[in-house]
Amino acid sequence: MDHHTMSLTLQVWRQQNANARGKFVTYKVDDISPEMSFLEMFDVLNEKLVNEGSEPIAFDHDCREGICGSCSMHINGRPHGPWAATTVCQLHMRAFHDGDTIVVEPWRANAFPVVKDLVVDRSAFDRIIQAGGYISVNTGNAVDANATPIEKTHADAAFAAAACIGCGACVAACKNSSAMLFMSAKVAHLSLLPQGAPERKSRVLDMVAQMDKEGFGSCTFTEACEAVCPKEISVTNISRLNAEYLVAGLTVDK
Amino acid sequence: MLNSKIPQGSLENKWNDYKGHVKLVNPSNKRKLEIIIIGSGLAGASAASSLGELGYKVKVFCFQDSPRRAHSIAAQGGINAAKNYQNDGDSVFRLFYDTVKGGDYRAREANVYRLAEVSANIIDQCVAQGVPFAREYGGLLSNRSFGGTQVQRTFYAAGQTGQQLLIGAYQSLERQVALGNVTMYSRHEMLDIVKIDGKARGVICRNLITGQLERYFGHAVLLCSGGYGNVFYLSTNAMGSNATAIWKAHKKGAYFGNPCFTQIHPTCIPVSGDHQSKLTLMSESLRNDGRIWVPKKKDDKRRPSEIPEEERDYYLERRYPAFGNLVPRDVASRAAKERCDAGYGVGNSRMAVYLDYASAIERYGRGEAGKHHLENADADTITKLGKEVVKEKYGNLFDMYAKITGEDPYTTPMRIYPAVHYTMGGLWVDYELMTTVEGLYCLGEANFSDHGANRLGASALMQGLADGYFVIPYTIGNYMADEIRTAAISTDHPAFVEAEKEVSDRINALMNIKGSQSVESFHKQLGKIMWNKCGMARNEQGLKEAIEEIRQLKKEFWSDLRIPGGINELNNELDKANRVADFIELGELMCIDALHRRESCGGHFREEMQTEEGEALRDDEHFKYVATWEYKGDHEWKLHEEDLNFEVAKPTQRSYK
Repeated sequence: MDHHTMSLTLQVWRQQNANARGKFVTYKVDDISPEMSFLEMFDVLNEKLVNEGSEPIAFDHDCREGICGSCSMHINGRPHGPWAATTVCQLHMRAFHDGDTIVVEPWRANAFPVVKDLVVDRSAFDRIIQAGGYISVNTGNAVDANATPIEKTHADAAFAAAACIGCGACVAACKNSSAMLFMSAKVAHLSLLPQGAPERKSRVLDMVAQMDKEGFGSCTFTEACEAVCPKEISVTNISRLNAEYLVAGLTVDK
Repeated sequence: MLNSKIPQGSLENKWNDYKGHVKLVNPSNKRKLEIIIIGSGLAGASAASSLGELGYKVKVFCFQDSPRRAHSIAAQGGINAAKNYQNDGDSVFRLFYDTVKGGDYRAREANVYRLAEVSANIIDQCVAQGVPFAREYGGLLSNRSFGGTQVQRTFYAAGQTGQQLLIGAYQSLERQVALGNVTMYSRHEMLDIVKIDGKARGVICRNLITGQLERYFGHAVLLCSGGYGNVFYLSTNAMGSNATAIWKAHKKGAYFGNPCFTQIHPTCIPVSGDHQSKLTLMSESLRNDGRIWVPKKKDDKRRPSEIPEEERDYYLERRYPAFGNLVPRDVASRAAKERCDAGYGVGNSRMAVYLDYASAIERYGRGEAGKHHLENADADTITKLGKEVVKEKYGNLFDMYAKITGEDPYTTPMRIYPAVHYTMGGLWVDYELMTTVEGLYCLGEANFSDHGANRLGASALMQGLADGYFVIPYTIGNYMADEIRTAAISTDHPAFVEAEKEVSDRINALMNIKGSQSVESFHKQLGKIMWNKCGMARNEQGLKEAIEEIRQLKKEFWSDLRIPGGINELNNELDKANRVADFIELGELMCIDALHRRESCGGHFREEMQTEEGEALRDDEHFKYVATWEYKGDHEWKLHEEDLNFEVAKPTQRSYK
């Protein structure tokens, strides 16, 4: 393990609230250990700001294990920063060098308005799920869990899609601010399982309608979403969604 | 005085009889009854969706930006259920017995039995919701083993079981939101309970975006706000996990059960420096295949690869041959601490032990080679094949370890050390999950109930979902049936006005301290006191010192805290200050409880009370009870004891040898 420390320059987006005008503010941080996580580096900066009597930078974070999906920083033009398959909270300062300048912005998308500094409002994702991202089964109605065997390949593919953490990096990376990767992961997860079959058609139609209503853009298959996804959700889910949508659109019974 | 309301009859029939006789509320009356739920983790989300389905009007509050972010999502290893799909001798009774024994005979038999009974329904429910559990090639569900058991009853979804279960519950919750049965309030933090005529009737919340205080009415209030491990500052909990909801309830009359029962998880990534903000768990499932060892020689500075097999001490296999690396968490944690304290620790800090996958990789590699009829496979091929198997089982955990430490766990043994993970203590509840305040319930990790002095792995998810899906929908009827004549109470009622004023006064007081130290620095100081004196090992002198130090810290906090920013805006420092103020008070109670319990049991290890071999020495004659604390005022609590009767699982000295 190396024990050198780094001095860095940060350019961070500061915005008092949703209605205020934002701007970049430059900060210097010293004695940053390569073993720190990116957010711990922000903790150091915030502690310094508090001690100086100024307001710390607001950012979303919670589990710091890469699973809750809260953290959402656009670092040097890339959602979640330079490491592949990694959330900001799992990004470590080993990824940077002494003297680096790092630019940190919030997610940029009309459907994710800025709340304060680096915090954005992602409630549009919850509303997309409300539109149909579930299986309608009340508690207590279930049959034995092994009553329906599920082919392992399907179960594994459903799991891979269900690994989505709802962070919104896919939207932030997309030039159209499309939510297709997020939504397709849910559609694929549920349509790959026999339990999800009865609602396949209404689910995909309703979720797509909600996505449009929230102001997300359309998909032009640039695949930037997959490149930045911390959980490596595949764009093949988008193909699956398109197939589901086409079939549903052509055959829906109403 | 404490009435645990345990139904009469034999253990196996209690829950069935209860369900058969509990009061019901008819559907049209349910629509008039309102329920408030604090927290949207497994317990909160499952309760919200189930109660919404039944027709109650439900309001759910969480401090995160979406209910899907609750910390249940981070649970890795799995969820237990007595399905006996593996035909290896499992049964409801065995799950019950393992849990009571694993909890070192400090849990209530009737609750634990009910938990074991409904465990099988949980798996059915989750599969019906589309939770993608791991499966075998035949399409049936797969199981693995966890600590403290000798059967395979743990269901899992790679290392993301909590995530998949929570997303299942979250989706059901969002479905009820869409149907109009549940209203969701994200970025809201509960800051007080409102009591009217002795019953819980509502909450005061702070909207974390606008800073406004808001009043909400409910015929009943459910606290599903999780555990309080963050008292220790460093823990595996999420940064926002806090005790505020249960602490406010405690100060309003809800007794606190066994506050000192804390689980220190044996396999976490060790602390690397002062900047550390949290600790990361490496799932207990890794102990299925990994072997834990330290060098036989003291202060051995060689790399692990340079230490030959015969110079390694696989201390868990040596001390506990029957369970080996799969002893319960409290036992494994203490054994690691013992080795490190004795000078055998590894890594720069010497406060770590190795978790080694070399032999598992070789074993799996040979198995795969056999499957593919590679008769004379060389070592490299075997290693390659073995790594593939390990990657499929534990890949995400290994990746996480590599990102955090910068080391490759496939080739170098992982360094691990125990860390605070879970709190068995919590608000005292009766069989119906009601606290000592009428109409106020507590579910999941936030209550004290089912795990005694030590929780077995993969049982937290089980308990959260059991409480929410299968217990509260029945037990709440018993209370609500008598509430059908109670009209919704206006939030202009004086009790709401007064509660809001108390909250507002406290926030103003915090903001007006205008001292010089940050919330973070106080939290760190509290964590240090707790970890050193109320952590893995505790003694009378240390606990007495800790109580004094915490009282001193509280004074300092209220006279020298600095919170920048304003009240009526998003202000993370203020949010944290509210939480840390409560942690400080709770920390004192934990030490008081630990001091009073002059025995060692489960995760509570009093150094004065141990066997000659260094195992925990229980004192059933004096401490076979739930220590239940009533808040009496600043620094004052009164102890009430709920005696525990073991009719079926007779207490014995716990042995895993």
